[in-house]
Amino acid sequence: MGANRCAIVGIGQTHHKAKRQDVSIAGLVREAAARALADAELTWKDIDAVVIGKAPDMFEGVMMPELYLADALGAVGKPMLRVHTAGSVGGSTAIAAAHLVMGGVHQRVLTVAFEKQSESDAMWALSPKIPFQPQLTAGAGGYFAPLVRAYIRRSGAPDDVGLQVAVKDRLHALKNPYAHLRIKGIDRAMVADSPMLWDPIRYLETCPSSDGACAMVMTSEAIAAAAPRPPAWVHGLSTRSEPVVFAGRDQVNPQAGRDCARDVYTQAGISDPRRDLACAELYVPFSWFEPMWLENLGFAAPGEGWKLTASGATALGGALPINPSGGVLSSNPIGASGMLRFAEAAMQVRDQAGEHQVDGARRALGHAYGGGSQFFAMWIVGRDRP
Amino acid sequence: MRDVAIIAFAQLPSVRRDVTREEVELVQPVVAAALAQAHLRREDVGFTVSGSCDYLLGRPFSFVMALDAVAPWPPIHESHVEMDGAWALWEAWVRLQAGDIDTALIYAYGKSSLGDLPEVLVQQLDPYVVAPLGADAVGLAALQARALIDAGRVTERGLAELAAARRRQAADNPCAQRRAPRSADELLAEPYQVAPLRAHACPPISDGACAVVLAAGDTARRLVSSPAWIRGIDHRIEPHQLGMRDLTASPSTRLAAERAGALGGRFDLAELHAPFAHQEVILRDALGLDDGVAINPSGGALSANPMMVAGLARLGEAATRLMTGQGRRAVAHATSGPCLQHNLVCVLERDV
Amino acid sequence: MSAPPDERPPVTVLQAPVRLDYTVTAGHHLSTYLRALADRKIVGGRCPECHKVYLPARGACPTCGVPADAPVEVADQGTVTTFCVIRIPFDAAPFPPPYVAVAILLDGADMPIFHLVRGIEPDAARMGMRVRAVWVPDDQLGPTLASIRWFEATGEPDAPFEAIASHL
Repeated sequence: MGANRCAIVGIGQTHHKAKRQDVSIAGLVREAAARALADAELTWKDIDAVVIGKAPDMFEGVMMPELYLADALGAVGKPMLRVHTAGSVGGSTAIAAAHLVMGGVHQRVLTVAFEKQSESDAMWALSPKIPFQPQLTAGAGGYFAPLVRAYIRRSGAPDDVGLQVAVKDRLHALKNPYAHLRIKGIDRAMVADSPMLWDPIRYLETCPSSDGACAMVMTSEAIAAAAPRPPAWVHGLSTRSEPVVFAGRDQVNPQAGRDCARDVYTQAGISDPRRDLACAELYVPFSWFEPMWLENLGFAAPGEGWKLTASGATALGGALPINPSGGVLSSNPIGASGMLRFAEAAMQVRDQAGEHQVDGARRALGHAYGGGSQFFAMWIVGRDRP
Repeated sequence: MRDVAIIAFAQLPSVRRDVTREEVELVQPVVAAALAQAHLRREDVGFTVSGSCDYLLGRPFSFVMALDAVAPWPPIHESHVEMDGAWALWEAWVRLQAGDIDTALIYAYGKSSLGDLPEVLVQQLDPYVVAPLGADAVGLAALQARALIDAGRVTERGLAELAAARRRQAADNPCAQRRAPRSADELLAEPYQVAPLRAHACPPISDGACAVVLAAGDTARRLVSSPAWIRGIDHRIEPHQLGMRDLTASPSTRLAAERAGALGGRFDLAELHAPFAHQEVILRDALGLDDGVAINPSGGALSANPMMVAGLARLGEAATRLMTGQGRRAVAHATSGPCLQHNLVCVLERDV
Repeated sequence: MSAPPDERPPVTVLQAPVRLDYTVTAGHHLSTYLRALADRKIVGGRCPECHKVYLPARGACPTCGVPADAPVEVADQGTVTTFCVIRIPFDAAPFPPPYVAVAILLDGADMPIFHLVRGIEPDAARMGMRVRAVWVPDDQLGPTLASIRWFEATGEPDAPFEAIASHL
């Protein structure tokens, strides 16, 4: 943590959909940014610097798109930074932006993350033909399904925990007007009957492919004093990375995730995350990652995460709601997915989450991960000034 | 702001096409060398950040495997920018301002040789109305050069003389790629690549990598004898639509220089990231540098231009010269995007 | 004077196909591995610090940062650490689905390689299964992992979970 406090005074997101053909890439990011500015009651002119993030450029077919987006984001004449840390990028981008405020370098920072997957072919971009090796798997699911199998084997979890998460997050999404998947009548049978894609992962246990963007305005304490609505305050933030492969690596419960969580809890003075946090927005692209991350983040002991999920505690109304927004399983504009977790956590402590608000949320965790479960970005935000 | 210094810089010799090294093999030696120079163990680095670009390598997530070069185990505090490494250095400098960590490792790598670089760079342009035209980076730079010549600010002979001077300087830099001396007359005899630019006024296509170590305050003083202190650093971006810009000026460089404290005062040397010869003229004017300043003693980007590396290398080259006593105060610059769209300025100083 | 309002729907799609060709280089360490495959051998590299054997040899050991490149030949058989059954069709798929993609810890190596298992029903795939490489005929061997067509079950008893637990 830095010497200066950082406040989130504006939050905006787009309506997420499979294809946002009503807007260009510039129109998409501007929609989210304009909503964040409106929430903060600031104008483009008030912003000192812009930090933008997204996953691989090949998802849209635009190389280093910050160059083309400078005009649309009102960045002309300002510093602009483009972060890319794979799936964790939305979180890492928010963290880079927060450090601009915490380091005292700028007072009002706009941060934006997006993906417009419909502009290109994400499956193609994720599985390019690399020479020297035959094509073996298919997209992200082919990579993560074996990890899910390893988790089930290790923990002895019953087969249906994944179904439960898939239903729960989609029920949450029905309360979120921005969510991409809003599946009327979603239930366990519907998920169980959906096609098995990457065994043991079924179609409805996977995230969609979305177009969408998320933006936040962060300011110093002095600027936040004039904010029209109560800000969310950064209580702790961190990143951790580890190699994609090494001999003996634990990919199911990666140390980078454990270390990152410990770091943010320490900064925020949290000794028992299950007790001290009102809710968490976790990056769960496949349903089974909820119990896996509950263990990785210290909400449950190793091998016990599925029991917390099975108990119903992670549903809205439970003791520890996970992904009240509907999560990545309901909206997945990849580059923005991490920032949406961070932003939804901030919306909760600002009492701004509407129908999916957790009553009286004072502190919440935003979590993002990427690569081969190797890049982690997290923050804890609170209603009270730290 | 907190005092932060460049305390180490290592680079590979730039080559037209490196067939022996894939990404991690490019990065591992420069990281090891920079850490050794800084007398720092890898587990003591507080923050690691890199700059690279998937489109150069032709595949997504190319930075993931390169990360092995720093052996991120136990897990490290890390970030990556899809930009020149100079912006990675800026993120690290910002991160060090928070005060809880004291050192940062920055690395950058680029293999422009894998694809057709001008065609790859077309993908940087507005995807709806400009990129489909297929205007490549050399063509756009030629538009800019023409505007500068028509404005009477430089001549084709002037560009050849500038390129000849950079080659003379590059002869002393073992990491430069274009080191064979040529007279301005010889260079002027070359055919146009894209008129009014001949090959000598355009950058070489290069593969390369470099690494820098930053340290704050007393840590910097403890680790090395003469750190190159960052007295100011800032960057600014301009409109992407070329029609909205005066291509003969670089107002973003000017503004960044003002914020970094680079206007006025004496500089012993300047390392300017000018991939095209005429851009050096624009940058020199924007920074208000007079004839007393040694410009691009390394040979500059005209002598070696590994994409995503060349900007960070300007900061590293300038710092190295200060740390080895070849000057007390330097300005370093990095650029990104077509026709100098985005510019970073850094003022470096050695203690007397 | 103003133009009459344009009643036509907005443009929503602009086709702009891009083709970029890259010549990828394998680099020094991967080349050693690929050349061995052309000789029906699987050669990795040992890290001088942690002594782990990597496939292929690496320019930097992911945990030690030094080249892991002392050559070590490993067996062409090993143990399935984990797997998935691919049931989704996609353009570059090697076979029509369903098929089984596996991570295999070859005997003598310290980290798994990824390949396919054929000759079993997808439902019969399991963690701990022992498998061996099925190589292509001599005249099709080349510096590529495709020199191994796929892996097949050896029929040996499955390895205990403990043998693979630290490789997941």
